[in-house]
Amino acid sequence: MHSFAIVTEDLCKDFRVGFALRRQRVLHHLNLQVEEGEVFGYLGPNGAGKTTTIKLLLGLIFPTSGEVSLLGREATHPEARSRLGFLPENPYFYDHLTGREFLDYCGRLLKMEGKRRRSRIAELLERLGIAKAADLQLRRYSKGMIQRIGLAQALLNDPDLLILDEPMSGLDPLGRREVRDLILSLKEEGKTIFFSSHILPDVEMICDRVGILVGGRLREVGVLEEMLEARIESIEVTVREPDFSRLSSLDLPLSSPPRQRGDRVLLLVADENTLRETLDRLHEARVRIVSIVPQRETLEDYFLREVNPGREEGGRAR
Amino acid sequence: MRILAVVLNTFKEAVRDRILYSILVFALLMIGGSALLAALSIGQEAKIIQDLGVASISLFGTLIAVFLGIGLVYKEIERRTLYVLLSRPLPRDQFILGKYLGLGLVLLVNVSLMGLFLFLLTRIYLARWPWHLIPVLGFLFLELLVITGVATFFSSFTTPTLSALFTLSLFFIGHFTPDLKVFVARFGGPLTRVLVDLFYYLLPNLRHFHQEQLLLNGLPLEGIVAFQVVLYGLLYVVAILLLAMLLFARRDLK
Repeated sequence: MHSFAIVTEDLCKDFRVGFALRRQRVLHHLNLQVEEGEVFGYLGPNGAGKTTTIKLLLGLIFPTSGEVSLLGREATHPEARSRLGFLPENPYFYDHLTGREFLDYCGRLLKMEGKRRRSRIAELLERLGIAKAADLQLRRYSKGMIQRIGLAQALLNDPDLLILDEPMSGLDPLGRREVRDLILSLKEEGKTIFFSSHILPDVEMICDRVGILVGGRLREVGVLEEMLEARIESIEVTVREPDFSRLSSLDLPLSSPPRQRGDRVLLLVADENTLRETLDRLHEARVRIVSIVPQRETLEDYFLREVNPGREEGGRAR
Repeated sequence: MRILAVVLNTFKEAVRDRILYSILVFALLMIGGSALLAALSIGQEAKIIQDLGVASISLFGTLIAVFLGIGLVYKEIERRTLYVLLSRPLPRDQFILGKYLGLGLVLLVNVSLMGLFLFLLTRIYLARWPWHLIPVLGFLFLELLVITGVATFFSSFTTPTLSALFTLSLFFIGHFTPDLKVFVARFGGPLTRVLVDLFYYLLPNLRHFHQEQLLLNGLPLEGIVAFQVVLYGLLYVVAILLLAMLLFARRDLK
């Protein structure tokens, strides 16, 4: 039997908006189950309700209806909280504190004993590569350093469950890669990681499962490979053939007209059957084949299609 | 331990803020400046210095209480620092209490510094130790604790601008409710009287904390009165903080 790190049951949230305080539902009957030990990517465009969900998980806002449980307990239970680490979106921490003081403050809130607190802080500062800046006030930290101190703070209690809200937004490619590597190494340590994102390549590389939230509704949850594998869309064959017109005369079963790039020509075929036929004819005509690459649907395409069904075709445009 | 961490952080934040020092320097200049005014009076130097000094401490203490108090909770929500704190096993009521006590500590230190300065200055002119200033400053500190409570209360559910408006309003009303009650008792109709009574008991009566008319003129203050004033102040603080915690407990932190 699986044990779950996060379970939400029929979770709904209404906010009151405007002058008349009209009710507006921002989260519709969310049923989510995140297994212990998995990396779960919570995806959706801006305004889909990702941060609202995270705030509900943390008890920063209260559900209109439905329930949340973390690590088998009610979300606001101190026991659940003490096994949890959280990194808010675009974190901002106390300007007046140094990195070390900030972590010390967080450690005190966790009731960590003095000696253990200090050694754990030193260890994390080292691990996240900000040991040199430890005694600098946070107002002098760069965006990337703030993100790191935020992660250090989240890891302080060696949590079983990490909730990260857009951990990679605003970071440069190097910083994103470091966060990605960190998440993967935490997964190896057996931690559950729930993170929201709209930076899709990052998600593709590290998530076991993803959930896609659009307009406050959870559209799909699944293992990423399975969600994408079912949709091998086309196969890309590149050939070297300076005489473009000769290719047209071969009457190849292509799914779209061939495109020329210098002395190379890009051919798109729909599936493996047509691929075989195409290769045979190319072979007969002694056309040199450079590469054959199956075009899997990327998460980005999937995402675009889910978010906006009308753009299904446009998503594949190359 | 958790509350203590919040208290110390609040204190540290205020102490590392330059605004606090500007206020403090201004206050000390003003108290010192009263010595100049005193030079103009004949034989009343000590009285002038004490009157102006106590008024300065009251004014600048109130400024600190109001302007740090109004952002006390709001700023942590606005900057989302609170998210991290509350995702830890820190109950919301402990957070409110910690913030309040932190600012209380800031006020204690400030009033003590300003008070010490006034105490020494008065000593020079009075040619004896002005011990009677101690209870005056004590009551003044208690008044500031009440004002801070009011500011914390407003800060826990509204913006700093509105909090400032409400808190300052209550500060002024708080000094005039007794007059209003006397006035209405004489001229008002029954309905007005009920309303004013309601306000009188609901809003803080800050005049209780101003016993300097007696104390600065060398008149004795009865022990029972002093006790009542202290009790009133503490009960008011407890009540308004409980109210703040109650409102904050179920609040959505958007």
